Amino acid sequence: MKKFLAVRIFNILVTLFVIATVTFFLMKLLPGSPFDEEKLADLSDEARMEFYARYGLDQPVYVQYAKYMGNLVQGDLGISYYYKGQKVESLISGRIGPSALLGVQATILGVSIGLILGMIAAFRHNTAWDFFTMFIAVIGVAIPNFVFAALLQYYVGLKWGILPVAFWESYDSSILPTIALSMMVIALIARFMRNEMLEVLQQDYILTARSKGLSQMKVIIRHTLRNSMIPILTILGPIVVSLLTGSLVIENIFGIPGIGSLFVDSIKVNDYTTIMGLTIFYSTFYILTVLVVDLLYGIVDPRIRIAGSKG
Amino acid sequence: METLLEVKDLNVSFRTQAGVVKAVRGVNFKVNKGETLAIVGESGSGKSVTSKAIMQLLPNQTATYDSGEIIFDGQNILEINDKKMEAIRGSEIAMVFQDPMTALNPTMTIGKQVAESILNHNKNVTKKEALQRAVEILELVGIPEPAARVNQYPHQFSGGMRQRVVIAIAIACNPRLLIADEPTTALDVTIQAQILDLLKDIQRKTGTSIILITHDLGVVANMADKVAVMYAGRIVEQGTVEEVFDSAEHPYTWGLLKSIPDLDADEELYSIPGTPPDLLSPPIGDAFAARNEFALAIDYEVQPPMFAVSETHSAATWLLHEKAPKLSTIVQEKESVRAKRKGKKNLTLAQPIIQVRDLKKHFRMSGDSYLKAVDGVTFDIKKGETLGLVGESGCGKSTTGRTILRLYEPTGGEVYFNGKPIHGDLKKSDENTIRQKMQMIFQDPYASLDPRKKVLDSVAEGIDIHKLAASAKDRKDTVQNLLEIVGLNKSFMNRYPHEFSGGQRQRIGIARALALNPEVIIADEPISALDVSIQAQVVNLLKDLQHKQDLTYLFIAHDISMVKYISDRIGVMYLGSLVELAPTDELSKEPLHPYTQALLSAVPTPNPKIERGRERIILSGDLPNPINPPVGCRFRTRCPYAMEKCGETPIWKEAQPNHWVACHLIE
Amino acid sequence: MTNSTLEKYEKTNIEKNEMNNFDHLFKEDSFKVVGAKKDSQDAITRPYVGIFKESWLRLTKNKGAVVSLVVLSILIILALIGPYMNEYTYDETNYEKAFQEPNSEHWFGTDKFGRDQWTRIWEGTRISLYIALLATVLDLVIGVLYGSISALVGGKVDNVMQRIIEVLVGIPNLILIILLIMLLKPGIFTITVAMVITGWVNMARLVRSQVFKLKNQEFILASKALGASNSRLIKEHFIPNTLGLIIVNMMFTIPSAIFTEAFLSFIGLGLQEPLASLGVLINDGFKAMRNNFYLLLYPAGVIVGLMVCFNLLADGLRDALDPKMRK
Repeated sequence: MKKFLAVRIFNILVTLFVIATVTFFLMKLLPGSPFDEEKLADLSDEARMEFYARYGLDQPVYVQYAKYMGNLVQGDLGISYYYKGQKVESLISGRIGPSALLGVQATILGVSIGLILGMIAAFRHNTAWDFFTMFIAVIGVAIPNFVFAALLQYYVGLKWGILPVAFWESYDSSILPTIALSMMVIALIARFMRNEMLEVLQQDYILTARSKGLSQMKVIIRHTLRNSMIPILTILGPIVVSLLTGSLVIENIFGIPGIGSLFVDSIKVNDYTTIMGLTIFYSTFYILTVLVVDLLYGIVDPRIRIAGSKG
Repeated sequence: METLLEVKDLNVSFRTQAGVVKAVRGVNFKVNKGETLAIVGESGSGKSVTSKAIMQLLPNQTATYDSGEIIFDGQNILEINDKKMEAIRGSEIAMVFQDPMTALNPTMTIGKQVAESILNHNKNVTKKEALQRAVEILELVGIPEPAARVNQYPHQFSGGMRQRVVIAIAIACNPRLLIADEPTTALDVTIQAQILDLLKDIQRKTGTSIILITHDLGVVANMADKVAVMYAGRIVEQGTVEEVFDSAEHPYTWGLLKSIPDLDADEELYSIPGTPPDLLSPPIGDAFAARNEFALAIDYEVQPPMFAVSETHSAATWLLHEKAPKLSTIVQEKESVRAKRKGKKNLTLAQPIIQVRDLKKHFRMSGDSYLKAVDGVTFDIKKGETLGLVGESGCGKSTTGRTILRLYEPTGGEVYFNGKPIHGDLKKSDENTIRQKMQMIFQDPYASLDPRKKVLDSVAEGIDIHKLAASAKDRKDTVQNLLEIVGLNKSFMNRYPHEFSGGQRQRIGIARALALNPEVIIADEPISALDVSIQAQVVNLLKDLQHKQDLTYLFIAHDISMVKYISDRIGVMYLGSLVELAPTDELSKEPLHPYTQALLSAVPTPNPKIERGRERIILSGDLPNPINPPVGCRFRTRCPYAMEKCGETPIWKEAQPNHWVACHLIE
Repeated sequence: MTNSTLEKYEKTNIEKNEMNNFDHLFKEDSFKVVGAKKDSQDAITRPYVGIFKESWLRLTKNKGAVVSLVVLSILIILALIGPYMNEYTYDETNYEKAFQEPNSEHWFGTDKFGRDQWTRIWEGTRISLYIALLATVLDLVIGVLYGSISALVGGKVDNVMQRIIEVLVGIPNLILIILLIMLLKPGIFTITVAMVITGWVNMARLVRSQVFKLKNQEFILASKALGASNSRLIKEHFIPNTLGLIIVNMMFTIPSAIFTEAFLSFIGLGLQEPLASLGVLINDGFKAMRNNFYLLLYPAGVIVGLMVCFNLLADGLRDALDPKMRK
């Protein structure tokens, strides 16, 4: 088990190193700069060099790279080009709150509704219920989340005026974006749960359980649910991705001061250090999620637990 | 005797995409207290559906009970509500399923799975008491160290041990009726002997009635008091085990009994022609008529009723009607059809066509461990003979066959074909020759044909590869001819594999192998996926082809009785090595190796008289893990005669002329 | 042997009247031995249906798939001919006619520059479909080659190729696409390339696992035993048996490519004015949503229609091509 963990962590570090390097050089290759070139041109040579020196841009690329990587190890993501004088890590930590709230809410809402829909579809297999829930699942995957968010904003916010249209003012402001964000999660989970349950319900051990004289309810709770919910862990990775990318557009649409809108804004103003910092942040978050999922899988599934402890 | 269960005129049908399948069509039988009823039939005969109907375990979305009654202990199970049925299930009637690998919940400890049943039916038992009782039951079914193992999960047990756990669950509440649905089909034969023994032991101790669902007449002869034979959804004959085995009245029962090789009789194996009918549209009259050589005109028109032969014996055939021709004349006819077995081949002077020398094939597993699937086997196959290779799962018999055919590169050793080595770098022309001269028939008739190819193209594949056909017409004619040889209608050429039954597919596979006029055919479990009546067809076809086309066979199988019938010599493998090799008669009459003795003794014969008085050698324990086999003689961990010397690897020696063995007992 | 005289019918089995009915059924030669019937023994009773026709029949039984197929055809035809159905072009501005609601002149209204929205939407649909198809085809080519080489060669090569995939999978791919587009500057081709750089991985993994599964199938071994060369195995067995999977995966890739393109346009990394794609139009529509909702509604409707239909059709195809569904 320890060996397994060590190998995994080593792999993660390699992946992160590759990502940081690639991002760094991509940014160096980018045309244009975050600064107002015209204004810079007006400055004297000395003043301009001094300006560049402030951002470490006067040195050769490899030195910049070494410095950046060195700082990165210490958790220093550099200074934002756009938000003058602000450190990228403090920018991120300052704006992570709303994103985290939305993410957690959307996960809870999405997973619980998704599970319920999936179960209904499986138990009422080949009925109108099944058809209806699966239609919702297809719609959830098929409608682009920004279209859905825009429609929600228009109807619920503007036309009917039930909930705040945008901005981060009260808890109510988080409701619409949460719904918009959770739609994809609902769809993914509902579909997966349905297929898993249908699979499990056909297994011989369900017959064994029924032949013990257990009631339908007990068979479901003790034998079906656990075994069909374990594999859902495997799609948590894709779900996190859908939440991350969803947050980029949805935070923008609803004007939420989270890291998703920070990322999109940075793109618009060529704030390279912030883009790099966020890329590394997102990647780390994603990779750690996948690791946690794998570890959890080992805990909930005895087959893997045993195999893991041997190796 | 008191009746425990009575099934009256049960009819069950299933809705499928293709239409309504009438799986059970008017079944009647009784089970008395303490007795064992075996329901025998081939796949699709309705035997499993009947047993699940008694348990009310059929999927209620697709299955419907069209009519009938199932009376258990005075009440009709088909009419009681779910609550009452739940109270009966597991406590009054319990069930053992076929495949122990899938019948247990993988994420629940076995202790909980056994205790669950106890808790469910005894309201005032605590969890702790239930678990304690589970330990006792697991001990009863022969799980070693049950107190420690209750906390383990199913995947930590071997197949045989898991089946014991399944049985433990079934008997946890002392049911009055135990339904065992093919309880040993998925197990190796030495493990089967253990499980059958256990079931009998349980019956002796608890007096439970057993309904045993099986396709294996040997198991029936061993276990049953009464037998019901099912065909196409109906019971065609039932009676005591002696009545059915000794004086069968229904032609299907005759056919089945004669389809099983009987080593003592020198007769050609009888095979029932054709395949069972499609129950989407069951035939009018007797469903068996189309395959029945002695069918009467009325058989094609009116379904025969059950005619009673004695108090306990009855059969559904018009042959028992007073106007029907006398049975004796038919029997004479029947006997005349069955030719005497062809004279024994004289192979003592035959040259070896294949020589296998110290062949090894190791597979790399995860990490640095190796699975030594084949670990140094040496033998010859003589021209024109059939060499049988038997052993239990994981013994390396299939790997041996595949390595001989160059489907795997060996780890060590060599194989010679007509004196020339066949592995390593060969000239293209030599390789082509070997490819044409040696062919293979596979086990799984569903996986061995490309689902996206027509029969014509599958059979013609070898012809295409070696460019043997001059024209498209030539190719087609050859395939047509091959299909005729294996007994298939040539109109099948343009159809796809999924339209055929297992036996038909196996014939297509044989035709494909024959297309290159091979000299040697390696048949890898060619009949183990087939029904009994179809097995006989395929074996007869193989024998016939050998005779006509001068073929040499390596016949790999786990069913030793069929191997005994077809083979001239038999080799026995255990965990990657050959333990004994001898002419068939000698091996079956005087087996030298303790494993061969146990293997032969474990196979039940379809003869109740023999089975009743038989003392079995029952091996204890399971097959060791082939990744980490015992040092020295690999059989020593299960061998009743194991001694200190067995820690050394025994030498492969010719103990008697033509009789090879690897055992320290034989000097 | 028991004699053959009819002793008695078993009473429990047959109703009395039914029993009596038998006698009149007997004819003179009823009890003549006629023997087995060879032709009906082995007969295949179910009608013959070709493999493609069968899949097609199953697909057409799926209502969702059929409706999707029809709607998709209409949308594709409109994408092809829609822009030519009136006299406007997609970049023709007319400031006097800005922000017109849908009317008989401009069927879908006009945008802030007075451009005809009908023309722009179908033009945009065409570009979106074009990008999606191109990306999907490139994914297909790279993914199938990579996956099949990895599986067929196996061993160390497979190991290395799998490590590369693992690193790629470790990065959230939309982020990578965004970075690439910032580098390459948005355009039809660069957007496609950026999507393909990570998009092929999924196809490669699917193909690899399918080929691995096939490799150990008995029909492949049988073919090897007959002496088939590797190229023959690939051509005759691997490709035909992987095709269904590839087609289904392609059908799922197209909508996700449509989505990605629209997503990029929406966050400002899409095509530049005056070019339009569905994403660009939705972005414009969103900005003008408050007063001119129709500008959002129509392109949103088209994209939702495309996505839902492709997904439903892919679902239907998956079921129709699944060999397990065959009986």
